[in-house]
Amino acid sequence: MRRDIRLILVFLALVTGALWAQTKAAAAKEELQRTTGEVGQYGGRLVISQRAEAKTLNPVTAIDRPSREVMYRTQADLIHINRVTQRTEPALAKSWTASNDGLEYALRLRRGIRFSDGQPFNADDVVFSFQVYLDQNVHSPQRDLLIARDQKITVQKADPYTVVFKLARPDAAAERLFDSVVVLPKHLLEKAYHDGTLGQAWSLTTPPGQIAGLGPFRLKNYVPGEQITLERNPYYWKVDAKDNRLPYLNEITFLVVASEDAEAIRFQTGDTDVISRLNSENYALLAKDQQSRGYTLEDLGPGLEYNFILFNLNDDTRGRLPDIARKQAWFREVKFRQAVSAAIDRSDIVRLVYQGRGEPLWAQVTAGNKLWLNTKIPKPARSLNRARELLKSAGFTWNKDGKLGDHNGQLVEFSIVSSSSNSQRMQIANMVQQDLARLGIEVSVVPLEFRSFLERVTQTHEYEAAVMGLVNGDVDPNPEMNVWMSSGATHLWNLGEKKPATPWEEEIDKLMEQQIVTLNYPARKKLYDRVQEIVADELPIICVASPDILVGSKKNLGNFRPAILDPYTLHNVEELFWKPK
Amino acid sequence: MSRKRMVRIAVVLLSLLYGAILGAGFLAPYDPAEQDRAHPFAPPTRLHFVDAEGSLHGWPFIYGLIPSPDNFAEYQEDRSRAFPVRLFVSGDHYSLLGFSCRRHWFGIDEPGHIFLLGTDGYGRDQFSRLLWGGRISLLAGLIAAALSLSLGMAVGSVSGYFGGFVDDTLMRLVELFLAMPWLYLLFAVRAFLPLHISPTVAFFLLVVVIGTVGWARPARLIRGVVLSARERKYVLAARGFGASDFYLLRRHILPQTMGVFLTQAALLIPQYILAEVTLSFLGLGVGEPVPSWGNMLGSLQQYHILASYWWMLAPALVLVPVFWGYQVLADFLHERLEFGH
Repeated sequence: MRRDIRLILVFLALVTGALWAQTKAAAAKEELQRTTGEVGQYGGRLVISQRAEAKTLNPVTAIDRPSREVMYRTQADLIHINRVTQRTEPALAKSWTASNDGLEYALRLRRGIRFSDGQPFNADDVVFSFQVYLDQNVHSPQRDLLIARDQKITVQKADPYTVVFKLARPDAAAERLFDSVVVLPKHLLEKAYHDGTLGQAWSLTTPPGQIAGLGPFRLKNYVPGEQITLERNPYYWKVDAKDNRLPYLNEITFLVVASEDAEAIRFQTGDTDVISRLNSENYALLAKDQQSRGYTLEDLGPGLEYNFILFNLNDDTRGRLPDIARKQAWFREVKFRQAVSAAIDRSDIVRLVYQGRGEPLWAQVTAGNKLWLNTKIPKPARSLNRARELLKSAGFTWNKDGKLGDHNGQLVEFSIVSSSSNSQRMQIANMVQQDLARLGIEVSVVPLEFRSFLERVTQTHEYEAAVMGLVNGDVDPNPEMNVWMSSGATHLWNLGEKKPATPWEEEIDKLMEQQIVTLNYPARKKLYDRVQEIVADELPIICVASPDILVGSKKNLGNFRPAILDPYTLHNVEELFWKPK
Repeated sequence: MSRKRMVRIAVVLLSLLYGAILGAGFLAPYDPAEQDRAHPFAPPTRLHFVDAEGSLHGWPFIYGLIPSPDNFAEYQEDRSRAFPVRLFVSGDHYSLLGFSCRRHWFGIDEPGHIFLLGTDGYGRDQFSRLLWGGRISLLAGLIAAALSLSLGMAVGSVSGYFGGFVDDTLMRLVELFLAMPWLYLLFAVRAFLPLHISPTVAFFLLVVVIGTVGWARPARLIRGVVLSARERKYVLAARGFGASDFYLLRRHILPQTMGVFLTQAALLIPQYILAEVTLSFLGLGVGEPVPSWGNMLGSLQQYHILASYWWMLAPALVLVPVFWGYQVLADFLHERLEFGH
């Protein structure tokens, strides 16, 4: 009897040991990522506002900001750009190696991790995802990013947890290409892809069980026109320093709030917990009762947005738009553009338009871009005398009323268009109008509805000058290629050039092409520094100012680390937690 | 208050307002487009009579403003130097009745500034802009009303006097005009205008657009009066003596419409002022930097301005006496001229 008991005990011990070993092995197999943030507490809900309703949760069709804001919380990418350090870091790929020629990247994937529906993730999902993105018939926005500049990418599975990407030519920022290209679950989307219905999949009315991703949250419910709620993904692949599985929060709710002002009011009254992209006026307004209302606001310094004055230098106006073509003779004169630049009081603009929460700019790279800013770009203060000298040397004269005329005696007058919905850019236009009036140039400011504004600038070219801005999703120069290459789709001042219209545009083309294939950072920086110099000298666009990124959060939100890169606040949503009050 | 006294007050009030906007160049201390960028959103300047030492002055003076170094649009008075308010000072150039002038009603020695109604986001003097802006808004009301009333008069009298086929056609046209969604049509018209139009051209286009919109209602009223007047015995008698159509209209019929005409004018002018204010508020009126009450109020669409800078509401407050004045006048004319005789 005793022996029996002993046997049973031994047997039990063995079984328990074996089971324990097995679970241990299973746990070891699940290759989780450890985060370095403060160890938090589970529970709670985060509420954030959106200016419009998300349209879809489908990564292939989500192109609008609200959809992306929600979708990226439910999905994950292979290599991620850390929004705070602005450098790449491992995500679903735990490590990677590049071949010496920079043409081959082998990505090793995390083993044993699962989608939010519990299904395992492996190389097949990655290969499937890239097959989808690169498929011409799918028309995904990712395709434009991946194959921009005639880059050809092929994707191969080497083993269940290794994927090899082959590029047709080296790309200095290849690792950064993977950011925000999310991995799709093959088991859920393969059928829709083969049926050609992928575009319609994963709308907001799809039952939550049929949507899955590798992000920290998954869809819980959707109330049309009001809100979208996401819940914690129990299979998420990140843990904190004490091996607690992230995320901490139970739920995130996205509220639809119609306007910028309404967003600020909802945050002020405590209806929402976090606010991104505050404008400086509302920032000042909310700052007044920071103490009493229990939230904190942060000024993160200039972001990546650059606002500029654009002169129409398009060639296709000749004959078609004679009045604009006549004025283009002034705009094409570099001294005229330099005079305009010298006459603009950038510090006044920063003070009045951004209430001091912004930075004056003389070229396209802002101070927020730590890696690529050329600090040697001269920053001359406003000088009307210099502007007058430049105009005089370019053959302009003043009549007895002080109005500026060209060498044909024609008075220099032009209009500046801007989008009426952007009050800050309208304000910039009105201040430029006053500044140029001091040179005897008569400028009229024309507010246009956003779509007709864009149509004039990009399609019909029926404008004289414009105030607009561009924002980058990344600090790297590569996404800027389409702005600076003379063949680029966003080469705004002269679209659709067959060949570079000026020697300096030719030089920019060469520099930009060279920087892509230059793998060494200092050498690459030198090339892009030169591009900034050319922009500051030749002024294809006259850069004016960059607003600070202004955000706010409830005081007791832990691990809140906003950054100047989009999405500013929720990039580390898995680490956010509520501190006990 | 007796009726007569109210009418008298209304007339005096309106004459004062129109006088003030006609003399805007003289009464306003600054050029309305001048941006004093050191003083965005400065509050209304306080007039002092007692200085820092506590002694009383017989004439008002002001202190300069020091912008707060930390907070945007916050100011402190600089008590170290007082600027007395001066009368008939020389300042920004303007033109009055075709003469070029520099003399202003009041002003302050440099480097002081006087902003009786504060400044806007560019540091432009609200008081000066209110006066100059009234020019656009009130004159737009007057001219547009004149335009639509003369159109209405012409169509209404022709229609009522000749009757028959002419009457039918014109009245269908009137109905068509009454049924149109005007606000949206105005949006469309504004969108088709060329980009580079001077503020003067923009103003006249605005006036023509608002004026041509509203002729249908007065036309119908005048037609009614003409229709009944034409059958009066003395008109028939005059016709019997061989009077021409034109003579009959001018001598016997149109004078009958005077009551309707004036009442309509008193009703339409404030309506058109409001139309200008609405269109400019929505950015469809005269463009910056020319002020009008509508585009001055346009900035209030931004929450922070509405919440922080109460003096930006001034143009809305001025609209109240204007409307009241015209309302009283319209009532009076209605009773007196249409039923009074």
